Order: sequence, then structure tokens, then C-alpha cells
Amino acid sequence: MNQWIDACSIDDLQANSGVCALVENQQVAIFYMPDDNAVYAINNYDPFSHINALSRGLIGDIKGEPMVASPIYKQHFSLKTGRCLEDENIRVETYAIRINNARVEINTNITIEEAA
Amino acid sequence: MLYAIITVIFRISSLKEEYMSNQQNLLVIGNGMVGQNFLVSLMASDIKEHCDVITFCEEPIPAYDRVHLSEYFSSKSANELSLVSPDFFNENDITIHIGDKAIAIDRNNKTVTSANGAVIAYDKLILATGSRAFVPPISGHDREGCIAYRTIADLDNMIAAAKDSKVGAVVGGGLLGLEAAKALQNLGLETNVVQFGPRLMSAQLDDGGAGLLKSKIEDLGVTVLTNKNTIKIIDGDSCRHKMIFADGTELETDMIIYSAGIRPRDEIAASCGLDIAGRGGIVIDNQCLTSDKDIYAIGECASWNDKIFGLVAPGYAMARTVVDHLAGGAEEFTGADMSTKLKLNGVDVASIGDPHASTPGSLVYSYQNGVDGVYKCLVVSQDNKQLLGAVLVGDASGYPTLTQYYLNGIELPQHPDSLILPSRSDESVGLGSDALPASAQICSCYDVSKGDVCSAVEMGCTTIGALKDETKAATGCGGCAALLKSVLDCELEKAGIEVNTDICEHFPYTRQDLYNLIMVEEIKTFHDLISKHGAGKGCEICKQVVGSILASYWNEYVLESEHVGLQDTNDTFLANMQKDGTYSVVPRMTGGEVTPEGLISIGQIAKKYGLYTKVTGGQRVDLFGARVDQLPLIWQELIAAGFESGHAYGKSLRTVKSCVGSTWCRFGVDDSVGLAVELENRFKGLRAPHKIKFAVSGCTRECAEAQSKDIGVIAVEGGWNLYVCGNGGMKPRHGDLFATNLDKQTLIKYIDRILIFYVRTADRLQRTSVWMENMEGGLDYLKSVVIDDKLGVCDQLEAQIQHVVNSYQCEWKTTIGDETKLKRFRHFVNSDKHDENIIFVEERGQIRPANLEERELLAAENA
Ligand code: SRM
Ligand SMILES: Cc1cc2nc3c(=O)[nH]c(=O)nc-3n(C[C@H](O)[C@H](O)[C@H](O)COP(=O)(O)OP(=O)(O)OC[C@H]3O[C@@H](n4cnc5c(N)ncnc54)[C@H](O)[C@@H]3O)c2cc1C
Ligand code: SF4
Ligand code: FES
Repeated sequence: MNQWIDACSIDDLQANSGVCALVENQQVAIFYMPDDNAVYAINNYDPFSHINALSRGLIGDIKGEPMVASPIYKQHFSLKTGRCLEDENIRVETYAIRINNARVEINTNITIEEAA
Repeated sequence: MLYAIITVIFRISSLKEEYMSNQQNLLVIGNGMVGQNFLVSLMASDIKEHCDVITFCEEPIPAYDRVHLSEYFSSKSANELSLVSPDFFNENDITIHIGDKAIAIDRNNKTVTSANGAVIAYDKLILATGSRAFVPPISGHDREGCIAYRTIADLDNMIAAAKDSKVGAVVGGGLLGLEAAKALQNLGLETNVVQFGPRLMSAQLDDGGAGLLKSKIEDLGVTVLTNKNTIKIIDGDSCRHKMIFADGTELETDMIIYSAGIRPRDEIAASCGLDIAGRGGIVIDNQCLTSDKDIYAIGECASWNDKIFGLVAPGYAMARTVVDHLAGGAEEFTGADMSTKLKLNGVDVASIGDPHASTPGSLVYSYQNGVDGVYKCLVVSQDNKQLLGAVLVGDASGYPTLTQYYLNGIELPQHPDSLILPSRSDESVGLGSDALPASAQICSCYDVSKGDVCSAVEMGCTTIGALKDETKAATGCGGCAALLKSVLDCELEKAGIEVNTDICEHFPYTRQDLYNLIMVEEIKTFHDLISKHGAGKGCEICKQVVGSILASYWNEYVLESEHVGLQDTNDTFLANMQKDGTYSVVPRMTGGEVTPEGLISIGQIAKKYGLYTKVTGGQRVDLFGARVDQLPLIWQELIAAGFESGHAYGKSLRTVKSCVGSTWCRFGVDDSVGLAVELENRFKGLRAPHKIKFAVSGCTRECAEAQSKDIGVIAVEGGWNLYVCGNGGMKPRHGDLFATNLDKQTLIKYIDRILIFYVRTADRLQRTSVWMENMEGGLDYLKSVVIDDKLGVCDQLEAQIQHVVNSYQCEWKTTIGDETKLKRFRHFVNSDKHDENIIFVEERGQIRPANLEERELLAAENA
């Protein structure tokens, strides 16, 4: 069932940085890149350090792929696919995200790839 | 019982004898620089399997670096001068008799007897007994406070004698004499150099060079007396001694240092009947064999072709020859180049080949510039094609080029004087390392040729550090470092290897380039910089670099919305993230000083929020286990109790450690806590390429460990001594003594300049220690920038630091006063819940993060 859930207001987002929202008991890291008019949602859990911290990583791009660097051991995760750029066997969940009437909405049932 | 043990030992040793009948006893007398170098070369060769090696070491410690002996006064400890790794003898099964002197050689029975009574049999004997400082045999030469300049023990004696001395005299105006004079000056003595002949450094310099050197040395406050033949030393009137000279004049002095040449220690060889050269020294042939085919001599005790070599490189060459000969090889020692370059009291001096033009038919070019105090002279062959010798005083920058012309017989340019004249426009003067043959020796200390360097580069050594590790070049006296670098650069260029110094894929620039762009174009945000000079969106590397540069240059609040995305998580939350996602909180305690009230408030706050507390290695208290939402609450209370951010999260000034100093300590020379507090308050908040740590000690006992800090200050009688670029951490580095006896104002001025110069020019995440290691020209260059203002930037550097000082703000105070910024300090933007993944357990009465196993257990219990 595809269901969009209200996460927060766009004012809660941090330009060029991340925040974490609790969506149906899942920790979702939400990143906002105003220059590209892009928002991304991935799971906040860092599979390397086993803590909920990806929303607190630095973001940018590696060879054009938007990414977040884990604040703990600095692995890079694609914001589009959730893949770890250093270890292709590792991947974090990515979620569909949209802005609807100045509200940020997440759909934890579909990944971005499926949505697109 | 005892009996049984002895039998067993006996059995084992006789077994060993049977088993290893082809073993040879190799005995080395003397564990100095050359003796040790011999052992190292031997251990690297195949024949070590067949040798039982024993060595006698007269001094109380094994071999140390005599070449850098004078640094014992300024910066190096005996340990740091050591040439022997702690396990060397053990690992290699070498028996060393420390503090035992060999006293007799019995050539018939092939044994050596020592002062402690050991009698050791040898198959081959190597004499490496070195030399002693020549002490003129005049009456009174052995009075108290009259010391030779050769060993660490001599230096300890000098330090002790200097304590109650005002005036010092050095006998001998040669290379070592001038070094000893510098040491006396550093010890705070009024210093005289007494030279027997008319010239300083008579072996190396001609009249012109020696004259200029004399006036330069005198400018530095050392009195130079030439043509003084000391005939006796008696009681002085105003000082401890009076030196009486042959011309009837006298000199009053409290200390006398002998450094008037060396005498080979050939007595043990002479007394067993080995041939001794007319001018002293054990006679050796091209294999370094003495007149006995089982005895070799190497180093300063040996005389080859009637010559004694008072430098390490020839000694090392002899050591290599002997190892090769023992292994059945045919290497020969055929003399050595005696060219030298050094800095005497800060004056560059170099001498190459035959400086006195004693070769028949030789021609001389000379250049003298009285204004800048530069003297240069070239000695060339009759046909004007070959360089035979050179003298450089005041500017020795031409030394590497000239030695290569000399050593490799490279044909001189059409106008040889172009090599010493301030550049002529029609001719290029430098000799590209490309022009050198592969056989050209680059490093004489370790006999590394250009060919060796090139093959190391081919194998993948593309940095000076890697080359040093691979070839050992430039790890001895260091004189060849500049040449090594130019060979490396040239080889890399030829191989088309472009050393990519881009900071990351988003900017085709180095950190230093970015710094200059930001400064020159007055850029204030990452956005502006990347749109003008970069590509893409940036990454954690360039964002942090630019964040740091903007912060150190403009010093704006780091959580400003344009900057917040540039900070690593620690700077974003102004706290250090721990392994479980919680944070540590470190309030500043300037100089490690804290009031009882302060301590109590910290204790109360920690208790209230259930934090783990620990005293850090940086003399302050760290509070661990704070959730992100608790950080502002905790800081609100800390600020109310009078604390400020300790910047433990930033690449910025961390701590200024102090010792208690003269206020309480009975040995304290000055108020180290007071200075530490003042320095910490001045530099707090300064963002840099990496963290910066200071320490201030109240006396030379150094309880604050200042010599291991980026900036270290030690109180001495005459003021403050400043050490720079020390490091603890992964690769400890002893700080370099930068300046001595400074008053506080000058001290702070120098620190201001050094720090901003570091901030401007270092690479990303480069501590001052590595910055210094990579700086071309090293400490001297840094001094020329900071003290002599060689680049003319000191005013700018000071203005920049003043801006940082004036615009300081406690980032936590700013943050708790700003509602919009506080929004960030929530785990969830849409809920007040906490992160359930943060779980503590108790240990030793405090909390700690639960480990994975404990988490699973707890989860199972809750389920
Ligand atoms: C807390 C403390 C250990 C303690 O409990 O005593 C500590 C803790 C950390 N040190 Fe340290 N260091 C602490 C004193 C030191 C010291 C001792 C000193 O300063 O006198 C040193 C050696 C001195 C030096 O830096 O030269 C030291 C050398 C390092 C290094 C190695 C630096 C190097 O140049 O090799 C690192 C790693 C780095 O910076 O890349 C490091 C990194 C760290 C980090 C930041 C590691 C990390 O990324 O998580 C630790 C986290 C601190 C935190 O969460 O608060 N820490 N660290 C000390 C804090 C002092 C303070 O009051 O601020
Ligand atoms: C202050 C100073 C600065 C110098 N600067 C330079 C420089 O810049 N460049 C350069 O190339 N050279 C320099 N030298 C010279 C260099 O140090 C020597 O060339 C080198 O140390 C010679 O090594 P060696 O092993 O022959 O002698 P040493 O290093 O003197 O070693 C000989 C050792 O043998 C021991 N010994 C002697 N007799 C006995 C015995 N019977 N039994 C047991 N042990 C014995 C001695 O105690 C000593 O430890 C400098 C020397 C000094 C003192
Ligand atoms: S030494 Fe290592 S483990 Fe200990 S505090 Fe420093 S960085 Fe952490
Ligand atoms: S010449 Fe001494 S280190 Fe190379």
C-alpha cells in the first residue's frame, strides 16, 4: 500500500545538511540541497558504526552522485540508491520523499528507485 | 643444583663450538659512529651468519650521533642522538661490553684484554677507536673547567661548569671550535675564540673567506682572537683562569673548551706494534687492513695515504669496504671528498675541494660583497674547464651545484664566474640535476648515487619521505636534502608523473591555493568559492577545508547558515560525537586552572545529567554521554557557572597545558600558569588546518611537556624559550628551539606570526610537526620569515591574528542565545522522543555505552 506520511515542515530542513525525522517508528535522515532543489530520504542507521547518525554527516557529491559521508568512520552512501560507495555489498534503505504544501512527506514503502 | 646448571651451560657452549666450527669471532673495539655503522652494514650482509660479534664500548652509552652533538644543548636528548635502536644488540646477537675499554691486544694469541678484565679471542679484529680532541700540552691545561668538545659526557661537564661561569674561551677556530663557541654563547657566556693561526677554519677557507667569516662571527657578539699561541693557564683575577699568550697578552676566562683539532686514538694499536703514520693514525691500505692481516682500522683512528679523515662519510666508506672484504669482495677505499657545508652561528659557510688553489696552474675567481657580507671564490683548472675548489661564505646556496661540478668533473660553463656572480642575464647558472651522470653521488653519508635515487623513484617512491626510507639518502647530515629533492622533481617530471595536489575532485587547487583565493578575492562563503573556482557540490574534504579557512580568515560564527553545512558533525553540534552517537562536553579550563567553585559546578551539572566524567590528557574535565538534545541545556548551566567552550571539537586551539610554576614550585623561574592562561585566552577560537596545542613550563624540568607541543614555552633565567612544531600523538616529534630568552611581548609576537603563517600555508589536516618536516629550508626558513620578516608579511600576519582575537566569541554562548540555531539540537525534527539506540550500562560507578552483546541481552529482557 503506497502511503505518504507527513514528516515535518520544510522549515525544519537544513539547507545543504541533514535532519532526522521519526516516521512510523523508523529513523529517516532527510537531506536538502537547495541549489538542485533536491530532497533525499535514507535510513538514519549507519551499518558500520551501528548507530543512528547518518543525518549528521556531511553531504555533497562524488563524481556527480549525491552522497552523505558517515560522521563516524566516513564511508560514503549514495543519497539516491543508499549504496555504500566503498563497499557495494552494503546499502541503506532509501525512501520516496516529496514536498506537498510546504510539508515534507515520506513513503517508507517505496524506495526512490521504484518511485522513479 | 648449582653444579648441574653449570654443567648444562658447559655442554651447550661446547656443543655450540662443535656445531659452528666455521664461525669466526669478530671483535670490534669502539662503538662510535663508524664502529656502529660497521655493525649495521655487517648485519645487513650474508656473512653475519658466520660471525660471532663482540664489541667494546668505552663510553657509558652505545653509539650516538656526534655530528649533531651540539643539538644536545638546544633540543636533543641523549636518547634522541642515539644511533642504536633499543633492541639492536639483542636482536642481532651481538655482545656489547658497555663502559669497558680495551687496553691491550695480544697479536700472537689473538686476544684482547679489557679494563674490566675480560679476555676475548678474535679471528678478525676491527679498530674503530676514533679520535680525541687535541689538548695543547701546556701547563695548566687540565685545570677545573677546562673541557674537550667530543662526547656527551664533555657536554654535561660544560653545562655544569657554565652554571657559575660568565666568560668562556674556545681554543681553536676551526669547524668544531666555532660550533663550541655557539654552544657557549647559548649557555649565556661571554664568548671568545682563540685561534693559533691567522685565519678561522684554516683548513677549509682562504684568506678572503676567513676574513669575512671573522667579521660575521664578531657581529654576533663573539670575540675572535687570532695569532694567539697559549703558553700557560694560571689563576685569573676577575675570572677562574687567565690564559697567557706568547705575544704577552692575556685573557681572563671561567671556562676553556678545547677544539683545536683531533688526534687519532692509535695508542692501543701502537702498543701492540701495528704501523703508525708519521702524523699519527693507524696505517691502513685500500682494504682498510693494518700491518696485521687480521686487524682492520676504520674511521678517525685510521690513516690512509698519510691522511686522517675527520668526517663521518669517509669512515662509513671504510666500514663498507671492510664488510665487503670480509665477504671476499674487492671494494676499495680510495680516499674521500672533504667538501663541507655548514651553518656556523647562523652564517652559511661551505668549502669544496682545494680552496687554497694549491694545484699547480690553477686560476682563481673571487667575488666579495661587503654590503651583504658575501664572499665566494672558485678555483679552476688552467684550461678554465674543471672546478678544483670553492669557498662560499654568507651565501652557500651554490654549494649543491658546485659540488656536482667538482665531484663529477662536469665541464664548466664558458664564464665560470657566472656561477658565483649575482645572476648574469645571458646565462643560466643552476646545474639541473638532469645534467648529472647516474654515478653522481647524491648523498655522501650513505653513498647514494643518482642512479640509486632514480631506481627508487621508478619503484614508486614519489615523495622525499619515501625516498629517505628506501635509500637512506638525506638521513645523515642532511646536507644533500635539496639536491635529493631536485633529482626527485626532475625524475617525476621526466616520467610524466604529475603529482596531483588537488584537494579533491571539486577543486583543482591545493589548500594553500584556496586560502590565497579566499584572501585575495575576499570570498566569504563556500557557495561563492565553488561556483567561481570549483565544480559539483563539494564533499566532506573540501567543505571542511573551506569551512576551516573561512573560519580562520573571517572568524564568523561557524553555525551561520552559509557555514553550518561545511562543518563536520563535531563542529555542527559543538561537541565531540562518541561511538554511540552521544557527545562529550569539554568546558575550557585555561591553563588547567580551575576554582573549587568551578569544579563543584561541573560536578553538579554532570550529576544532574548523569554524565560520565574524566580528567583529560589536556588538563581539563570531559563530560561524556550527553544526548544531542541535552547539549544546549548543559551548556546553559556551564555558561551560567562561568565556563566557555573548550573547542575540543574544532580543528583549533585546544589546550595550553601548564605546570604550577614559580607561584608555588620551589624551582619555578617564572609564572607559567599566568602565561598559559594569557596565551590560551589570546588564541582560543583560532581555527587552523589541524588542532593546535601549547604548553608552558616554569623551568627546564619541563613538567608541562612543552617540547612535545605545537607551541612550547619554557621559562629560563633570561626570559622565555620558545619551541615550535612538537607533537605527541602517532608520530612524536620533539619541538625545535625557535628562540631563546624572549620577553613576553616578543614571545607573543613570534607566536602570532608563526600560527598565522601555519594557518596560511599548511596542508589540510597537517599538524605543525609535519608542516615543519615538509618545509623547504626548515627551521631556518621559518625563523627568516618570522624573525627577519624575509617575506615582508609580518604586518599582515599580526593584523590577521588581531582580527581573530578581536572577533572571538564563545560559540556556545552565541548558540544558546539563538532560537533558530537551537532547533538543530533535537534528535528528531518531528518528535521529542530520544534515540532508543542509546543505551548505557554502569561501570566503576559511572555510565558507559552498552556494547552490542549487552544491547542484545537488554533487548531480549525487554521482549
Ligand atoms: C579526551 C582525550 C583523551 C582523554 O580522555 O584524556 C582525547 C580524545 C580524543 N582524541 Fe586525543 N584526546 C586527548 C588528548 C590528546 C593528547 C594529549 C595532550 O593534548 O596533551 C594527544 C597527544 C598530543 C598531541 O596532540 O600532539 C592526543 C592525540 C590525538 C591524536 C593524534 C594527533 C597526532 O598528531 O598524531 C588524535 C587523532 C587526530 O587528531 O587525527 C586524537 C583524537 C582524539 C579524538 C578526537 C578521537 C575522535 O575522533 O573521536 C578523541 C575524542 C575526544 C572527545 O570525544 O572528547 N588525539 N590527544 C584528551 C582530550 C584533551 C583535551 O582536554 O582536549
Ligand atoms: C661536535 C662535533 C661535530 C662534528 N660535526 C661533523 C659534521 O658536521 N660532519 C662530519 O662528517 N663529521 C663531524 N664530526 C666528526 C664525526 O663525529 C666523526 O668523524 C665520527 O664520529 C668518527 O667516528 P669514529 O667511530 O671514527 O669515532 P668516534 O665517534 O669518536 O667513536 C670512537 C669510539 O670508540 C671508543 N673507544 C676508543 N678507544 C677505545 C677502546 N680502547 N676501547 C673501547 N672503546 C674505545 C670511544 O670512546 C668512542 O666512543 C663532528 C664531531 C664533533 C665532535
Ligand atoms: S588515545 Fe585513542 S582511544 Fe584514547 S582518547 Fe585518544 S583517540 Fe581515543
Ligand atoms: S650527505 Fe649527509 S645525509 Fe646525505
